[in-house]
Amino acid sequence: MKCKLSIIKLLLVALTVLAPLAVLAEEAKSPDAPATAPAAVAPAAVPAAAPVAAAPAAAPAAAPKTVDPVLNTGDTAWMLVAAALVLLMTPGLGFFYGGMVRSKNMLSTLMHSYVAMGIVVVQWAVIGYSLAFGPDAFMGLLGDTSKAMMHGLITFKDGAPVFALFQNVTTEPGAIPEYVFSLYQCMFAVITVALISGAIAERIKFSAWCLFVLLWTTIVYDPLAHWVWMVDGWLFKKGALDFAGGTVVHLSSGISALAAIMFLGKRHGFPTERMAPHNLPFTLLGVGLLWFGWFGFNAGSAIVGVNCSDAAGGLAGLAFTTTTIAPAAAGLSWMIAEWIHSGKPSALGFGSGVVAGLVVITPAAGFVEPGAALIMGIIAGVVCYMGVLMKAKFKYDDSLDVFGVHGIGGTTGALLTGVFATVGATGLLSGNVQQFITQLVAIAAAGGYAFIMTLVIAFVLEKTIGLRVEKEDEIIGLDQTQHSESAYN
Amino acid sequence: MKLIEAIIKPFKLDEVKDALNEIGITGITVSEVKGFGRQKGHTELYRGAEYVVDFIPKIKLEIAVADELVAKVVETIENTAKTGRIGDGKIFILPMEEAIRIRTGEKGGEAI
Repeated sequence: MKCKLSIIKLLLVALTVLAPLAVLAEEAKSPDAPATAPAAVAPAAVPAAAPVAAAPAAAPAAAPKTVDPVLNTGDTAWMLVAAALVLLMTPGLGFFYGGMVRSKNMLSTLMHSYVAMGIVVVQWAVIGYSLAFGPDAFMGLLGDTSKAMMHGLITFKDGAPVFALFQNVTTEPGAIPEYVFSLYQCMFAVITVALISGAIAERIKFSAWCLFVLLWTTIVYDPLAHWVWMVDGWLFKKGALDFAGGTVVHLSSGISALAAIMFLGKRHGFPTERMAPHNLPFTLLGVGLLWFGWFGFNAGSAIVGVNCSDAAGGLAGLAFTTTTIAPAAAGLSWMIAEWIHSGKPSALGFGSGVVAGLVVITPAAGFVEPGAALIMGIIAGVVCYMGVLMKAKFKYDDSLDVFGVHGIGGTTGALLTGVFATVGATGLLSGNVQQFITQLVAIAAAGGYAFIMTLVIAFVLEKTIGLRVEKEDEIIGLDQTQHSESAYN
Repeated sequence: MKLIEAIIKPFKLDEVKDALNEIGITGITVSEVKGFGRQKGHTELYRGAEYVVDFIPKIKLEIAVADELVAKVVETIENTAKTGRIGDGKIFILPMEEAIRIRTGEKGGEAI
């Protein structure tokens, strides 16, 4: 009890010190805000995504003047790099998770991430991109199949290739090839489902995981991406703020993790047997790779930023800044919370805090200023630390705390975005109550949908091929029983 | 001849080895071992999950010596391996029937 009080005290102290700073920053900023907004003022306080060549009708109706897209090579160069950075997050995640399992499950855990790179990329090329970012098929819920096999991203005129362009804001010419946009989004789909693997590690059958990856990406991820990021998605139209995927990526994977383990059950021997991480250096290496890749994830998301036609401009710079500040603060706040609560500042704690900070800042990266990023980071570390402790209390076995970090962090981030937003949108602190309510709706809708559909997928898999390995196989380890290999020889 | 077995703290190994070298001991066998004594184990905490580690890592030295050297070796190990804190380890002295050098077939004191 005393420890809990100290954490709360710490949080309060931090808040009281930092809140005025943020308010100051906000006040200083607000007079300029109208001036920096483009004269044309597209009304949407949300990212605009309008793949022009294929879906001109998708442009926001209120946009005053539509201009033709012109390829911006600087933006394209950055987006190519950003896409590669986001891809790197998935191996990073594999090592982050791999270090935390027992050595007999190392390869299995790595494979959960790596095989997602295989399955999701193929799914994305065949149908995923079209379902997520194709023209709307039904009430803002799902794209149609007109871009299956990435159809229409390249056409030929007199034998010469013509590349379709993705224009973020229809009133400004800046555009990148739609191939680049599509592949950038593809990397998000890959890592989102891989995030879930942390909850089901050390006991899921590999075949069941492969099917889960395919089904979950198709049934849960693609629609969610359509809802939130596509101009005709229903949450997009409502004005829900999600800069780089707090709702679509982290909230959805965290909640789905919880749904999946309801069917999967606890690991054999949990929580009495020793299940300590077998290689924390790998985990910390993974944290480094994740943070590095996250710059592509967040700063690259300026491509769908508010009223911003520059993928590599000021908004990307802001997102880069907040993506540095929040995890730094969160690493420290988790470490300090743990120091006070359990006596020692652990390496795993600092690393987990960094990831929590990254998760929380993701939906807000380009909507908040550095002061708010600092506060969000501090909150992230403490809230997710408490989220992880919940596992010990309620005795559910989310092996590597996907719900504790991504579920709770994603929700916290989506809510706080509705509180602190000042750039291109306004939040609760700027008096916009409606935005906060919209965030709540988005959280409930995305979380509810992901939870229910994951239950259905897990139920079907459980009743058909079975989710779990035999008890004996689980005790021997998944590396040997699922892959006939061992990580260390 | 005696076989001296000493269980010591791992970080003391170099110091003990150097000290034994100085008094003319020419061979030691070293193993990494785990166990518990009065020191007991410790607890590890990973994201709130607490695990008790019952066995703590120690170093075991095995030294074969002629009878007249036993006291000196024991004294040397005692002096160098001692920190004064719990968990410094133990020394066991065992009778040894025979020693044989494999290369030459020498036996007894010559083989040590």
